[in-house]
Amino acid sequence: MESQVAEIVQHTGGAIGNAWLMIAFPLVGAFILLVFNRFTNRWGHLLGVAMSLASFVVAVLAFFELIGFGEEERRRAVHLYEFIPGMVDMGLLIDPLSICFALLITGVGSLIHIYSIGYMAHDEHRRRFFSYLNLFVAAMLLLVLADNYVGLFIGWEGVGLASYLLIGFWQFKPSAATAAKKAFVVNRVGDLGLLVGMFVIWTTFGTLTFQGLAEKITPGTQNGTMLAIGLLLLLGACGKSAQLPLQSWLLDAMEGPTPVSALIHAATMVTAGVYLVVRSGAFFFPEGSGAALAVAIVGAVTLLAGAIIGCAKDDIKKGLAGSTMSQIGYMMLGAGLGPAGYAFAIGHLITHGFFKADMFLGAGSVMHGMNDEVDMRKYGALRKAMPITYVTFMIGYLAIIGFPLLSGYFTKDGIIETAVHHQPILGWLAVIGAGVTGFYMSRMIFMTFFGEKRWADDAHPHESPLVMTVPLMILSLGAIGLGGWLVLGGTLYKFLIPAVGGNINEVPHFDFFSTPGLVTLALVAVGVVFAWMRYGRVAVPSVQPRGNFLTTFARRDLYGDALNESLFMRPGQWLTRLAVFFDNRGIDGVVNGLAAGIGGSSGRLRRIQTGFARSYALSILIGAALLTGALLFVGNI
Amino acid sequence: MTTHYLVLSGLLFAIGAMGVLIRRNAIVVFMCVELMLNACNLAFVTFSRQVGNLEGQIIAFFVMVVAAAEVVVGLAIIVTIFRTRRSASVDDANLLKY
Repeated sequence: MESQVAEIVQHTGGAIGNAWLMIAFPLVGAFILLVFNRFTNRWGHLLGVAMSLASFVVAVLAFFELIGFGEEERRRAVHLYEFIPGMVDMGLLIDPLSICFALLITGVGSLIHIYSIGYMAHDEHRRRFFSYLNLFVAAMLLLVLADNYVGLFIGWEGVGLASYLLIGFWQFKPSAATAAKKAFVVNRVGDLGLLVGMFVIWTTFGTLTFQGLAEKITPGTQNGTMLAIGLLLLLGACGKSAQLPLQSWLLDAMEGPTPVSALIHAATMVTAGVYLVVRSGAFFFPEGSGAALAVAIVGAVTLLAGAIIGCAKDDIKKGLAGSTMSQIGYMMLGAGLGPAGYAFAIGHLITHGFFKADMFLGAGSVMHGMNDEVDMRKYGALRKAMPITYVTFMIGYLAIIGFPLLSGYFTKDGIIETAVHHQPILGWLAVIGAGVTGFYMSRMIFMTFFGEKRWADDAHPHESPLVMTVPLMILSLGAIGLGGWLVLGGTLYKFLIPAVGGNINEVPHFDFFSTPGLVTLALVAVGVVFAWMRYGRVAVPSVQPRGNFLTTFARRDLYGDALNESLFMRPGQWLTRLAVFFDNRGIDGVVNGLAAGIGGSSGRLRRIQTGFARSYALSILIGAALLTGALLFVGNI
Repeated sequence: MTTHYLVLSGLLFAIGAMGVLIRRNAIVVFMCVELMLNACNLAFVTFSRQVGNLEGQIIAFFVMVVAAAEVVVGLAIIVTIFRTRRSASVDDANLLKY
């Protein structure tokens, strides 16, 4: 039988009872660094790292305390305080799902913190950078740990704020300032969906806590309201997770410092949408519902779009950004398939967190050695110059293309096979996407680490310091082994059952020789060989060639920006211009005309005051005569 | 009888008013104002006699007192204006305007 989501148990004390410390540590860190400003310049980065690590320790302790309970008791709610009286109390929900996220966020987040010590060493605002990183981690933890939608929304907005601050960290660059604003605005569109979704939930069910909803909603209920809520939440998820049609901010977000890209793409932010869908899955995205299908379709379309964009980018970070879009698309596809897909979606989210952070930080390491050059056409033959970065990047690369037995192989293949089983068309699209992934990631590898040197004259590539390479090594260990550990034997699936539902007797069995799996491997191999023929065997031109219309299509991000501009920006500008015109000519005209009329007539009227006493006397006489006449007239009536 | 007095009063008042309006010399204008006041006094006294009580005559005394005060202040002003401007024309003293 289908096992339902477990009951939520109230909990006090212990590491779980004090789970709020997880959020408090980085929040206090951010507070101290921002308030005490430049007094903390010398040791601010160490405080930031320490706070993130402390949060990680609490998460690990909470994890071990959680697995000490029986499976049916692994959903622990911790009441914190009365938040909005009569509406919602602030509390935390520590269950298998949220603890997975908490471990990923604090673990990978801490590694990124450590890496940033080296990467931002020469930046005079390093302390500010660390305060924002801490804020980011705190907001993301609140998002995943809150036991109600209101707390989730606060974290959601906090993540949006922190991403804005970090993408625009080098705000003296107009492109960075614009990118930050764009990310903020596009995210607002998604937030609107989440907010309206919450309104509808409140009016329909009268509660916003996960526990309350679990009591009120019969699993599998489907009607118009549920579908509307599902689609609104999906809109929110699309905004945060950069899914079509709200994907456009992600590529521009590369303007931030590279550790930020790693943090946004691997551990936090973009995973929030997947979390929202999986967390609400039991309520609003039941298996086979329209909302779940919409999630899967959005995921499938985005995974292809991201992969195609990734093929055409010469900027190493933008290539990786396209790949993030694509991989999050896989997760959304998995999240739209019901409990069977949730485990793989979350599994892929975790392994992706490792190998994508690994590659982003690797790209940062390459840029660090190449004077912040991001154009891969200016790279080439870097494998000898930076061996550690090369090896770790290669591991991340092999993991993402799904090289057998590495992390990405298990989780991505799991999503593909589940999708082929449940939604064949979307599943085969995902197979094609995997082939494209093989192509664009290999292209990146060949252009960066192999081939001829195409360096700028003043480039002296060198390996990065240990503070940067050690996190790379740890992350690549995760990229090697984590996937197999999570997927083989259904470890993660069984672990997540209390939180997201599923059937203990139907643990998906990982089949090494299934048809979709083999086709995927074959397509990936074709992609790799094709990339080798285009970028490995022949020399890569150091200036971008013109390319046919398909290439241009991909280089322009599938005209997503052009579409947004012509559909929303231009009409919006016309509207504002119309309003300005109406304001200037209409409203200002009336007010100014009135003032001018009064001014002009009074200017004429004051000429009556001639200064001649006799003319005043005459007017007094006339007035008196008129008054007398009037009185006589009235008296006669 | 009353009518004659009142006609005289009206004539005096009209002459005074016309003088105020058409003469430029401040002294003459001033005397015309006095003429108007006294025309009023005549009307008051006439009606007092006709009605048979003293109120009109008391008012006439008040008017005389006011006229005397007015003469004191007014003449002082006229003399001062004449000293500074060498003219007693009311049309020359027209600075206080728009």
